[in-house]
Amino acid sequence: MTGAAGTGTGLRAERVARAAGGRLIVDGVSLAPAPGSCVGLLGPNGSGKSTLLRLLAGVLAPASGVVTLDGRPLAELHRRAAARRIAVVEQDAATQSELTVREVVGLGRIPHRRPWSGTSAEDEEAVRHALERTGLADRAEQSWHTLSGGERQRAQIARALAQAPRELLLDEPTNHLDIQHQLDLLALVADLPVTTVIALHDLNLAAMYCDTLLVLREGRVAAAGAPGDVLTEELIADVYGVRTAVTPDGPDGRPHIRFLTR
Amino acid sequence: MTDVPRTASVRVRRLRYPALWAAGAVALPLSIAFAITIGPADIRVGDVWASVASHLGWGSTGLTPIRDGIVWELRLPRTLLAAVCGAGLAVCGVVMQSLLRNPLADPFVLGVSSGASTGAVAVVVLGAGGGAVSVSAGAFAGAVVSFALVLVLSQVLGATTDRVVLSGVAAMQLFSALTSFVVMTAADAEQTRGVLFWLLGSLGGVGWAEVWAGLVVLAVTLLVCGLHAHALDAFAFGQDAAATLGVRVARTRIVLLTVTALLTATLVSSAGAIGFVGLVLPHAARALVGSGHARLLPVTALTGAVFLVWVDTLARTVLDPQEVPVGVVTSLIGVPAFVLVLYRTRKAGTA
Repeated sequence: MTGAAGTGTGLRAERVARAAGGRLIVDGVSLAPAPGSCVGLLGPNGSGKSTLLRLLAGVLAPASGVVTLDGRPLAELHRRAAARRIAVVEQDAATQSELTVREVVGLGRIPHRRPWSGTSAEDEEAVRHALERTGLADRAEQSWHTLSGGERQRAQIARALAQAPRELLLDEPTNHLDIQHQLDLLALVADLPVTTVIALHDLNLAAMYCDTLLVLREGRVAAAGAPGDVLTEELIADVYGVRTAVTPDGPDGRPHIRFLTR
Repeated sequence: MTDVPRTASVRVRRLRYPALWAAGAVALPLSIAFAITIGPADIRVGDVWASVASHLGWGSTGLTPIRDGIVWELRLPRTLLAAVCGAGLAVCGVVMQSLLRNPLADPFVLGVSSGASTGAVAVVVLGAGGGAVSVSAGAFAGAVVSFALVLVLSQVLGATTDRVVLSGVAAMQLFSALTSFVVMTAADAEQTRGVLFWLLGSLGGVGWAEVWAGLVVLAVTLLVCGLHAHALDAFAFGQDAAATLGVRVARTRIVLLTVTALLTATLVSSAGAIGFVGLVLPHAARALVGSGHARLLPVTALTGAVFLVWVDTLARTVLDPQEVPVGVVTSLIGVPAFVLVLYRTRKAGTA
């Protein structure tokens, strides 16, 4: 996980740190996702997952360390150029604007559009494709506010896809979703042909869908690697303070975590 | 959920846009021409055209100098300024509401109108500037000082959108208190009445200078806002979302707040604080064409212009020969209209 930044392709974080309120929220974290892979970010509440994602998105600047895109520091890139590469799906996206699903997905085309320009055929094609990919094609003309929680998250993912990114960052996208929608959403994300970094709470879902995992504790990397290597009973006890029984019963021998009473 | 009617309403909304544009483009010049004919002196639409044509150098008017003067010196600049104010305040409202993600934001949310009031009162009552400074200039200076204070305050307090709104509210209170203090302690009855009329907004007695100033600043503002139409759309899901869509949030916010504040200051300094247009018209325009700013901005400008032309006509004729401050009429008409718009769009908030 700790590759040398500066020369590599794709999105990399090299020993990034960021403080808030006199406390280090993210403390020297390095991350170099393999192109096209899905990296799961794990860790208890307040361990720095969201802040790390915001650093990777370039919304926050690191206090030390550097985030690079194809070897260039993200801070040197024009925001529009960065937005054409990196798309972000937030935890609870909300708006007061009265927008249709198609209009919300169309927001993803903003970094590709010039001022005064209308929507191009390419824009419309990207939006149509994103709506189909997320199964929202028949909802396109509906108001975003009439969607259920799961549909709203899918609409946000469709918006991110319309952005045509090569890197996709998702902050706990399965929050508030029932289990069927969680599985659907993660299957959708895992199938996308982009590099994905996704913050998750559910260890079993992370083990099932992610290629590699990065576990944070108080802003530092507690463990990193393949799910089978990372998700051990010892690590979970250490990081989350809970007792578990971990067995290789998941799909393809991936770890399955069963929680035990204290 | 009532999916079917909503779907239908969206389709209607799309079809409406070209029709609205055409209607607005025809309605605005017609409204201006007709509004000018209304009043104690008997003027016909033909007289308006004749006067305008002659002043543009297309032949002679055939009107008496007095009638020509009523059209060209009195009613035309007043009506044009009403259109400019309506368009400008409504556009400022749209931009403020999107940028600050606050449906209650209006052009005055940055304390611009209360700062302008203090500036105007300082000139009228305290004689600031020693007679060399006009009321308009005083108002403009007050507006700029107030806006600068809001910008500095909001930067110091954390530069998030809610801090901008809260700083604006603080400035509004401060300058309102200053205005009241000066009026209560120093003004005589006549000055108080003059100040009050100005505070409530009035288009009476404006000339071509105000029209040109307003028109130029309005054109610049429309140009800048049009350039940022996509960026304004990007703010729908908040400033972080806008940043990840490629918007330079801090720069965009400063640029748009500054142009809208300058336009508001220009309009307030010539016509007083005409309330409610900037708050209500954007909501009405959104109900017509949706939230996309490429469509919303021109439609809001046209609707605002036509609206204020007619409201001002009402204000100067309804109690003839006495004049009602136009700000009073905008609120009297605006409040029920506002409630109606909110009632029609109530599902959005509860879904």
